[in-house]
Amino acid sequence: MHELGVVFHVIDNVKEVTKEQGINHVEAVTLQLGTVSSVIPAYLQDCWKWAVGREALMKDCALIIEPIEAITFCEDCKEEYDTIRYGKVCPHCGSEHTYLLQGNEFIIKDITV
Amino acid sequence: MAKVIELNKSITESNDRDAQQLREELQEKGVLLINLMSSPGSGKTTLLSRTITDMHREVPIAVLEADIESAVDAEHIEALGASALQVHTDGMCHMDAGMTKRGLEGMDLSGIRIAFLENVGNLICPAEFDTGAHKNVMILSIPEGDDKPLKYPLMFSMADVLLITKIDTKQYFNFDMEQCMERVRHLNPKIEIFPVSAETGEGMKAWEDWLRKSLF
Repeated sequence: MHELGVVFHVIDNVKEVTKEQGINHVEAVTLQLGTVSSVIPAYLQDCWKWAVGREALMKDCALIIEPIEAITFCEDCKEEYDTIRYGKVCPHCGSEHTYLLQGNEFIIKDITV
Repeated sequence: MAKVIELNKSITESNDRDAQQLREELQEKGVLLINLMSSPGSGKTTLLSRTITDMHREVPIAVLEADIESAVDAEHIEALGASALQVHTDGMCHMDAGMTKRGLEGMDLSGIRIAFLENVGNLICPAEFDTGAHKNVMILSIPEGDDKPLKYPLMFSMADVLLITKIDTKQYFNFDMEQCMERVRHLNPKIEIFPVSAETGEGMKAWEDWLRKSLF
């Protein structure tokens, strides 16, 4: 839903770093994206293409997305399970006392300059 | 020669940090920031208008209107005696802490006790970004149906207050108030729920008392 917003965030962050280090062109940006981060990679790529076209610093800059699998932990039976498949209810014991261990990340891993 | 620079920077974390900073700054100034969220057409502006009319003589209120376009809402709010500023998100579906801070910087907040951020009408994205508000309030109007908590659980889980609005229209809709409250409390046991009608004024006192109680 808010891919354009996160693209602007990423670009702002990259601009900040390149300014500090006196870099004048960025070739690629690698993001780590949780599979339940609510950001859809294909939309993100579309927004990215449009947004980097407006920045001389990032003209034709590639966006590389590394997915992070979503895993939930059950506080009652202490088991871990696949969030995408089972959601909030533990498939091992049926408990709802569960929390997400990983999978909602949105991290700028690195930039290639 | 290409070189890789490691950043390992979490986007949500940097917004969370900005949000925390804004929250502290506003608290020091004695301004309570309330993030108001709902679907389009649920009556955010009508509810705010009534709240302002009832309270602004005793509690100075400012409103930051976030909209994709237009200035209709801000003009309407100013006519009631509160200060208002319209910020255009230029197509974005939510407000984040940086945008909220820049918006508030464009307003005169001296003497203001409550600043409402009228977020973009949308039940999904605004729930995922901390705006720096001290309290998150969401609106569900009767015509939207009692099953909304099942469809948009995140927003119901993170709100401090739920206002069920347009209760004057209840007789025309098949809205089960008990069941709706049960669904919401299942997602969020700590939430405070106020059924109100900004049209007739029913229930408005409980909401306004909650606002008074929350002032710094």
